[in-house]
Amino acid sequence: MRHYILKRLLLMIPTLFGVAVLIFLLLRVLPGDIVELKYAGTGSYAPKEALARERAQLGLDQPLWKQFITWIVGISLLDFGTSMWTGQPITHEIAIRLELSIELAVMATFVAILISIPLGALAAVKQDTWIDYFVRIFSIAGLAIPSFWLAIVIILTFVIYFRWLPPLTFTSLWVDPKANLTQLIWPALAVGYRYSAVATRMTRSAVLEVLREDYIRTARAKGLRENAVLIRHALKNALLPVITVIGLEFAFLVGGLVVTEQVFNLNGIGKLFVEAISQRDYTMVQSLVLLTSFIFIFVNFLVDLVNAYLDPRIRFQ
Amino acid sequence: MSRTSVKTSTLPAASRLDRWLEACLRFTRQRPLGAIGAAIIGIMIAAALLAGFVSPYDPLVTNYGRMLQAPSSLHWFGTDSFGRDVFTRIIYGSRTALWIGFASSLLGATLGALIGVTSAYFSGKIDLMLQRFMDLLLSFPLIILALVVVSLLGSGITNVIFAITVPMVPRCALVVRSSALALREMPFVEAARALGFGPLRIIVRHMLPNVMAPYLIMLTAFLGQAILLEASLTFLGLGVAEPTAAWGLMLRGAAVEFAERAPWMALFPGLAISLAVFAFNIFGDSLRDALDPKLRLP
Amino acid sequence: MLKYPDLSIVRRFASLLLTVVGSLAVAGVAAFAAETPRSGGELVFAVGGTPPSYDGHRETTFAMLHPVAPHYSTLLRFDPQNYPKIVGDVAESWQVSKDKLTYTFKIRKGIQFHDGSVLTAKDVKATYDKIIFPPEGVVSSRQATYAVVDKVESPDGQTIVFRLKHPSASFLANLASPWNFIYKADILAKDPRWYEKNIMGTGPFTFVEYVAGSHWVGKKNPNYFMKGRPYLDGYKALIIRDTAPRVAAVRSGQAHAEFRGFNPGARDDIVKTAGDQVVVQEIPWVCNLTVTINNEKKPFDDVRVRRALTLAIDRWEASKALSQISVMKYVGGLFRPGSEFATPESELVKLAGYGKNIEASRTEAKRLLREAGVPEGFSFTLKNRNVREPYEVTGIYVIDQWRQIGLNVNHVQQEEGAYFNDFRQGNFDTGIDFSCDFMDDPDLQLFKFISSEKSPVNYARYNDSVLDELYDKQSRTTDPKERLKLLRQFEKRVVDEKAYQFPPTLWWQRIVVHSAKMKGGKVTPSHYVNQDLRDVWLAQ
Repeated sequence: MRHYILKRLLLMIPTLFGVAVLIFLLLRVLPGDIVELKYAGTGSYAPKEALARERAQLGLDQPLWKQFITWIVGISLLDFGTSMWTGQPITHEIAIRLELSIELAVMATFVAILISIPLGALAAVKQDTWIDYFVRIFSIAGLAIPSFWLAIVIILTFVIYFRWLPPLTFTSLWVDPKANLTQLIWPALAVGYRYSAVATRMTRSAVLEVLREDYIRTARAKGLRENAVLIRHALKNALLPVITVIGLEFAFLVGGLVVTEQVFNLNGIGKLFVEAISQRDYTMVQSLVLLTSFIFIFVNFLVDLVNAYLDPRIRFQ
Repeated sequence: MSRTSVKTSTLPAASRLDRWLEACLRFTRQRPLGAIGAAIIGIMIAAALLAGFVSPYDPLVTNYGRMLQAPSSLHWFGTDSFGRDVFTRIIYGSRTALWIGFASSLLGATLGALIGVTSAYFSGKIDLMLQRFMDLLLSFPLIILALVVVSLLGSGITNVIFAITVPMVPRCALVVRSSALALREMPFVEAARALGFGPLRIIVRHMLPNVMAPYLIMLTAFLGQAILLEASLTFLGLGVAEPTAAWGLMLRGAAVEFAERAPWMALFPGLAISLAVFAFNIFGDSLRDALDPKLRLP
Repeated sequence: MLKYPDLSIVRRFASLLLTVVGSLAVAGVAAFAAETPRSGGELVFAVGGTPPSYDGHRETTFAMLHPVAPHYSTLLRFDPQNYPKIVGDVAESWQVSKDKLTYTFKIRKGIQFHDGSVLTAKDVKATYDKIIFPPEGVVSSRQATYAVVDKVESPDGQTIVFRLKHPSASFLANLASPWNFIYKADILAKDPRWYEKNIMGTGPFTFVEYVAGSHWVGKKNPNYFMKGRPYLDGYKALIIRDTAPRVAAVRSGQAHAEFRGFNPGARDDIVKTAGDQVVVQEIPWVCNLTVTINNEKKPFDDVRVRRALTLAIDRWEASKALSQISVMKYVGGLFRPGSEFATPESELVKLAGYGKNIEASRTEAKRLLREAGVPEGFSFTLKNRNVREPYEVTGIYVIDQWRQIGLNVNHVQQEEGAYFNDFRQGNFDTGIDFSCDFMDDPDLQLFKFISSEKSPVNYARYNDSVLDELYDKQSRTTDPKERLKLLRQFEKRVVDEKAYQFPPTLWWQRIVVHSAKMKGGKVTPSHYVNQDLRDVWLAQ
């Protein structure tokens, strides 16, 4: 087990390195650079030499390999540098937004679990009845409706019918829980609904499969009530693939909610990401991509670990 | 004459068709939801193919005298902020959606399946490397890829297809790989190897055909996703560009802005997208139920 | 015998008099009270972007200006009630020498920085030295507009002198630029880049906090030099990048205002929901879109082709159609309609593309194309930003107009980086370019149209010494009538005779919607001007 964990942790490093190289190169392939963008708008009559000096200051005139090495060395020492756009330290810029993104991801996960597990189990138990159909249609609708469309509809409903809008600035959960939740509950619901779609289907098929197993038949033969059969035996074993799916989807959530954050005006990682890209803020984008990749790979790793722990068959592979 | 005697006396091709038709009928009876999905897809394909005959107007011609008109007998779905007929654009939009959907999922699923099977066949170091590479692709944000493609090659349907294909490859690779892993131990693969067939031949001729089930399922799953991805990318300004008729594009900008005065601008494309993705997903679901219920999709 | 007047009459007259006077007094007090600014309250407004750095000399985006301007003063400013009249801010009074080469300003006494130190001419000199003669490593975004300045001197603590190389008609107005925040000399001496990440000014509000990407908070400066100001206790700028939630913020009342401008659709939606709880102010904006043509590429090097392109566009129709769905509205040449430099309509219709007979114009355009050897159905690209409003809208319109003279144009929309890059490299056929200045000033508006080798913002790739000469002449003329004549000549040459690049349609309309409670914020044609909030107050 320990060997397995160590191996997986070590394998993260080459993947992250690959990500670092890829993002570094791709960014520099994009046309336009930050200095050009900053001073390109009207009202800018700055002389070319000043702009060249700016580039030098940002390190953009160095040969590529040198820029890369400087950056990589910095990262390994946990120095993420400063944003090319604002000049502020990147850790500072990201930290403010990370709290929101993580909280949103967690809340959406809760919503998803609350919806998917009961509904999925219900659909499995009542397979091929109209309850089953309803649950399947409901959950697929969650997948089918474009997330930003849903978000816009939600916002418009609030504004038009209630003349109210959720708070537009973020207050930390520890500072003012009411303000915090009033802002985040709506995007959490929108995202969670979509998220639950996948989990519901997985729950349904996992429960269906488990219900066919022999030990369920035994439990029923023993005279156990249906509910007890369901909860004590079926659900427990069905949960494994469900947890896997939920974990995998969660990994996409941090930094993947770009459109939702834009529409609900959430000051999160996704929004920062889009802005940094259009500004060609190399250092910021690189750090963000590394961060989201790391979270993704790490969550995957955790999920695999949970799998290995819960399912002895995998553990002893 | 009894049915069986007719069957046995016909050519193999016809009996295959017969069996296929029977399978479809069974599918429809057993899984009505999936059949509904298939029907919707059928309608979409028909609309896309017959767009020129079915649409009342030209999707690109603007008409500033008739901007933002409500649905009427002249314009069934109303007009948009440039006076273009929404109904026509929805029909032509199905063309864009299906083209993007099919092309990218076919490309993505096929590439993914190839990589997955190769990875499973060779195992060891190659498997490890390919796995890590898939991990890399999976964790890499789609937006950057889309942005790179769009910035370098310009916006346009073909480039959007490239951008959307990339995230699909690792997903398919993972799923197919787990199916192929089981295949590797099977006797017929051993036999092929013993006969001296090269890895390429074994992979393509022997293993690939046996992962058809997960392949098809991933394909249909991707179709819906591709349409959604296109919509999201266009919303961010990275997808198809005006004046192409595409559902995601129709939802962008003006539709949101005029959402109250002209709700039909956002309503119909949104419905079209939802319906299309819904149909693909429900069909894919039923397909999976029919072909391989044990399959776990990432 | 009655010796005294009838008391009852007197009493009645007195009471009548009292009533009249009394009601007049009450009405007067009420009216007076309604218009008297009230102190207190926090103004909440939405800003459509995050500030990059905090240095006004360096940045060019309103996203920096709106939250940061309230912390600073400038040397001169525009009179909020009488744009474009110029009044002093930090300057109390000024004199211009007879030869128009020396400008002397007297600085007010008793202005304090937020840290308590007193502002003197030394600070003003250090500020302008940074703007006009930036030290190594410092970027001054508007340096070229001050090229006319030879020296800046501060002979004593309350006087600052600008010595110019030649007369400049726009110089005084340039000093009223909202970007020229007055900084502290001591700080600049130690670190000229300090102001990129820090705030220390003399403005009506002190800095409280900035949460990156979220909001900016300022508090009333108790030692502000204008007694009784600012009225507000403080302000909060909410950063809302996307248009939909920004509009929703004003509509739901969560924000009092948004200072850049909304488009007509947003305005109508807000008014529909909020009714008389909001006020709409509309004014022509000092912003427009230009069709830029790559004069180095065939067949656009042929003036006939370029003229055909501008003749094909029906600007009057565009004004009617596009103003309903976007901010594009006013037909004008190179100067904002409504400004002192604008060409009157009678003159305007004589220019190519501005005539009212579009059929005749289009026939002429087709003829020119034939003559120049451009085949029917000729195809080329129009490069544009991928922002809907008003770029995409304009692009689609222009392409449609060109289609009607038999040209087949591809609309290529790009994200910002690629767009600017292509323009700079000359990698385009035609494109939509934009122009936004902080005031009506020919020096600013025409800078885009002089030779490409002189103007970094002229992407059309042509050189024309006649235009350069005209530009210099008009910049130095101090006779307004003479100047107008030169401007007319310039405009005619650029738009009509040579058709190098031209406004395709229109100047924008600035529509500012704000809560009826917010008073004192009179909008000007520029969203950069008068954003320090010193005149704004909140009614109950």
